[in-house]
Amino acid sequence: MDNYLTLPGWVLAVFQSCLYLALAPLLVGWVRKAKARLQNRRGAPLLQAYQDLYKLLAKEARVAHTASPLFRAAPYIVFTATWMAAATVPLLVVDLPTAAIADIIVLVGLLALARVFLALAGMDVGAAFGGMGASREMLIGALAEPAMLMAVFTLAMTAHSTNLSSVIDHHLVDGFVLRPSYLFALGGLILVAVAESGRIPIDNPTTHLELTMIHEAMLLEYSGRHLALMEWSAQIKLLLYGTLIANVFFPWGIGRGFGGAALGLGLAAVLAKLAALGAVLAVGETVLAKMRLFRAPEFLNLALLLSLLGLLSHVILEVRA
Amino acid sequence: MSRAVTMEQALALAGMAVVLVLLSAFVSLLAARIPATLRLVATPLLGLAGLAALAAGVIALLLGGTVQTTLPLGLPWLPWHVRLDALAGFFLLLIGVVTCAVGLYAPAYVRGFEHGHDSLTALGGFSGLFLTGMLMVVLADDAFLFMVAWELMSLSSYFLVAYHHEHTANRRAAFLYLLMAHVGGLMILLGYGVLAAFGTGFSFSELRAADLPPIWAGVAFALAFMGFGMKAGLVPLHAWLPEAHPVAPSHISALMSGVMLKVAVYGFIRFVFDLIGQFPWQWGVVVMIIGCLSALFGVLAALLQTDLKRLLAYSSAENLGIIFIGLGLSLVFLSTGHRSLGALAFVAALYHCLNHALFKGLLFLGAGAILHSTHERDLDQMGGLLRRKPWTGLFFLVGVLSISALPPFNGFVSEWLTFQAALQAWQLQSGVLRSLIPIASAVLALTGALVAVTFVKVYGIAFLGQARSRHVRRARPGPWGIQAGQWFLALLCLLLGVFPTWVIGLIDAVPRAILGGGLPQAGAYGWLWLTPVSPQTASYSGPLVVLMLAGIGLTVFWGLNYLWSRGAPVRWIRRSDAWDCGFAPPSARMQYTATAFAQPIRRVFGLLFQIDETLTPQEDGTLRHRLHIGDRFWGLLYLPVARAVESAARRVVLLQSGSIRVYLGWTLATLVGLLWIIT
Repeated sequence: MDNYLTLPGWVLAVFQSCLYLALAPLLVGWVRKAKARLQNRRGAPLLQAYQDLYKLLAKEARVAHTASPLFRAAPYIVFTATWMAAATVPLLVVDLPTAAIADIIVLVGLLALARVFLALAGMDVGAAFGGMGASREMLIGALAEPAMLMAVFTLAMTAHSTNLSSVIDHHLVDGFVLRPSYLFALGGLILVAVAESGRIPIDNPTTHLELTMIHEAMLLEYSGRHLALMEWSAQIKLLLYGTLIANVFFPWGIGRGFGGAALGLGLAAVLAKLAALGAVLAVGETVLAKMRLFRAPEFLNLALLLSLLGLLSHVILEVRA
Repeated sequence: MSRAVTMEQALALAGMAVVLVLLSAFVSLLAARIPATLRLVATPLLGLAGLAALAAGVIALLLGGTVQTTLPLGLPWLPWHVRLDALAGFFLLLIGVVTCAVGLYAPAYVRGFEHGHDSLTALGGFSGLFLTGMLMVVLADDAFLFMVAWELMSLSSYFLVAYHHEHTANRRAAFLYLLMAHVGGLMILLGYGVLAAFGTGFSFSELRAADLPPIWAGVAFALAFMGFGMKAGLVPLHAWLPEAHPVAPSHISALMSGVMLKVAVYGFIRFVFDLIGQFPWQWGVVVMIIGCLSALFGVLAALLQTDLKRLLAYSSAENLGIIFIGLGLSLVFLSTGHRSLGALAFVAALYHCLNHALFKGLLFLGAGAILHSTHERDLDQMGGLLRRKPWTGLFFLVGVLSISALPPFNGFVSEWLTFQAALQAWQLQSGVLRSLIPIASAVLALTGALVAVTFVKVYGIAFLGQARSRHVRRARPGPWGIQAGQWFLALLCLLLGVFPTWVIGLIDAVPRAILGGGLPQAGAYGWLWLTPVSPQTASYSGPLVVLMLAGIGLTVFWGLNYLWSRGAPVRWIRRSDAWDCGFAPPSARMQYTATAFAQPIRRVFGLLFQIDETLTPQEDGTLRHRLHIGDRFWGLLYLPVARAVESAARRVVLLQSGSIRVYLGWTLATLVGLLWIIT
């Protein structure tokens, strides 16, 4: 416990959290760019996502007459919860105090908190689309959350700890063994990440076609800085899942001390891993089509099954009692 | 300094609580003449009794001792034994907390009944007797007093369920409740009988000393699990719960769901963990499987309901399932020799008991507040209540977040602890157990996620959006008493989520007393940190999470609204109409309904229910949609049993000749037969 709570640790934790904010639009811009290139388009500039956020932040916010105070509070709650969830995932270095404050179960809980407020905000104005989006989002969340928990439990059981920092540490120290449970958990977590961050084939982040949208349907009534916060949280969520996959399953390069070299190496490593993951996502989104909503449960059941298989193969094959 | 308070004083306080609730019951006799008695004397007495029980419970937990005495009542050879230990103290605390809130809430709530034609004496009298029964069950130290108190609790709550007896459906619900409560009571009685057969008497200390052969221990366990499980509303013995809880007055529903179900949990813990004391791991597996079934079935059934109170009742079955998953885990760990892990799962289950009492009490009181001002229980008629009842809306939101196990509220802590216990499954020897426990935790995770769907539906439909009917549009904030009761529970929901270390420090006395070891590590790093197993394994800091959430949220809010706009926040937001796609302006009828919200889930999990959905064209060209969602367990379990009973009864009718001599002959034959057996 004490090795977590040091002053440099706290400073780095704050720095890393700010880095999450700063990098999130970049990842989205990168995925969009890569996707455009794959589709033979030139695409928007890499930094377009920052400009969009800036534009939205500078605009006046419009709120429907029928909206309750919850509608105005929700963007702040969603943003804070998502950001805090992201702050618990080691980005550059391990052993930060944020990992001790909140473990992976809290991470899932914070994401659920953000999702609940997002759905509530969608239902607040009383228009038809908000309720539709909320209902669909909660369905997908309800099926994705257990899959995510089972996937992270596989990691936690291997490392005998639910502390994400310890999980990564455990793999770095013990040397990486290609365990069957890991492959299952990785598969499950990738499917969950795709579903939860609203990407194809579950949801299309660029669509505004009423009958198919999920995430966007809940945001229809938002504008100005409220919309900026909601968009930004969605970007942070994508970065969070990317980092989780990158740093837990491929932990090499992550800093294990608080020195400058470790930080620099950590940053370079995580950027490279995220760029690769972003490219994979772009390829996936290009070759796949969006599924019908009622195919989504099958997709997520597969995720749950993979994660559960991971956990079972761990407790049956890999534990020596 | 000598110890300021003693266990004897705690027991005296508990006795005072019993006297106060009895007094409340007797004072209610006056309510037939002077209706205000109920509001001004009887219900505040309940609140005071709750306070006394709460104090007694806290003292018992802090001191962790045991005190017993006998009452000059009962049978000549079996006086009533009363005992207060940590386990009883914990449940006294739980009863006391909810009773306090009900004491604040009920005076304003029962005022609405003063002008009706329902008997106020019945309401006040049976409420008092109901609480007497629950308090005495917890304090009882012999099987005889336990059963008397248990029956008092069941019978008096029957009259409360049947309170609005003018509706046929309520009478049927009450009868079903009475029937199942008695079948359950009979099983518990038989369970005690099995223990007593191998012991020397009926007091708990004698039952505890009984030396049971494994088969008979299994029989006693099965009887107790079915009996207490029936009272706790575990699936498949839950049928009475969604019928009986919604029809009682709301503050009684809060007591029934929040407290009475926990008394059943108390009975189970006392019987299995304390009295039997030795158990094989198979029992734990059975308890865990039934817990999983209850949790998943309960939440799915809740999700499909549109009646708010019925939904809450199904959700109680779900939460009791979570509690029994924790107890099952504890049994598995204890029977395989992992005492501290057993204590962890046990503490998680107890923590969830307390949490469920708080948030389910809060939600039922909130449903009562809605009922009080709109006379509406159907979600599809509600909408926009947050703006009409802002305080109830806020407190209900706290309840919703707590029950959905979201950080930083209390439901999250108990779920976190249960997961932590389940994640230690790798320490077990048996491969079967090692793989069963992760499956149970997957069910728990799915349940938790579905609870969030359920309560987003409830809150989004009832409190957000626009009112779907005229009487809901006219809703007004309730009187202050109604709000105070909810405020008290909502505050506790938050505190128990933020300061889990203190709560666990308090609960820890129970496993120390019952299991012989607690969680010494839980608060080893001070009140900021919860480290149930060890700090390397898992840590959670409720205060810091809250501090960071609030800090970041407020900073972002302040930064965007003041700093960024250079101090001009007022002109920076503009009200406008909701987006209407360029067609007709949105009306309340265009909103999603509760039924529509649950439709995707109904499609995914529909196989588990008997869903009868028809679309019939009407004469005027419109379509009529009918949806009926049935409980499959009725067809699978209850109707066959009912049919079997009926056909057995038809056989027995052969004896009914109508001749008194034949009846006397049967009586004599029975008597002779019985005498022959006992000699």
